[in-house]
Amino acid sequence: MTLVDLANPTKFLTLTARLLPWLAAATAVLLLIGLYQSAMAPDDYQQGATVKIMFIHVPNAWLSMFVWGVMSLAALGTLVWRHPLADVAAKAAAPIGAAFTFLALVTGSLWGRPMWGTYWEWDARLTSVLILFLMYLGLIALWRAVEDPSRAARAAAILTLVGAINLPIIKFSVDWWNTLHQPASVMRMGGPVLDRAFLIPLLVMALAFSLLFVTLHLAAMRNEILRRRVRALQLMQVAQASQGPA
Amino acid sequence: MNAMSLGPYASFIVTSYLVAAGVVLILIAWIVVDYRRQKQRLSQLDASGVVRRSGRSATEFR
Repeated sequence: MTLVDLANPTKFLTLTARLLPWLAAATAVLLLIGLYQSAMAPDDYQQGATVKIMFIHVPNAWLSMFVWGVMSLAALGTLVWRHPLADVAAKAAAPIGAAFTFLALVTGSLWGRPMWGTYWEWDARLTSVLILFLMYLGLIALWRAVEDPSRAARAAAILTLVGAINLPIIKFSVDWWNTLHQPASVMRMGGPVLDRAFLIPLLVMALAFSLLFVTLHLAAMRNEILRRRVRALQLMQVAQASQGPA
Repeated sequence: MNAMSLGPYASFIVTSYLVAAGVVLILIAWIVVDYRRQKQRLSQLDASGVVRRSGRSATEFR
């Protein structure tokens, strides 16, 4: 099966039916390994056991931006190449990205209270991630407000590409401004500064959450294709009913 | 075992993991329920005699 074949929604459905059970199983196994490693990781000399929050906060924070990146590529697919699955991919990814961003904000807040003494601070990193969350909600609302998916797709694609400006702002906010949030400690020039005892569980959890995203995204895309098939058939049904018996 | 000694901030750590588990489970449940709903609608359309433009059944994936 080639990439061109995947442009056909029916062939995409066949492929997802084969892939999803394997992806779900791999995600579950990797999550269990990651959770075990997180539980067994030593306490940090400064943060104590609260460092364990990092193992779910950081993967969700990475994915909150990655999913918007995926949606931006899909938006290009809609506007430039008019790929039939591009807006399906973008629409299916938005609620999942919103959930990851919500988790990044909540777990960050729960980590911040014992470490910074506050649940929330209007600094550049926290505020830009909150804006990302609001943009996800805005996109979901846009998709729901316009009944015809092909009409909604173009507006959503433009909004997604405009919103992508926020991604470098989130990433570099800790370097450009004086923030309460710590600077990057894994994805940085010169390599990670985290000790292996924390880095390995973190990377396993990041991989597990990434696989979770791929699994949920493919399943949500499958649902969206079926929803559009239902809509098309309902329109045909209405058209046939209005024509009456021949 | 380190997991058994979470220190004075155990409630923050446990809450973080529980919230993450809850949100992930809600996401999975939402996707599964949505899938079943779409398949049910397609079955109903199929039963009412509506066929796709290709002539294939509404519930046929291939």
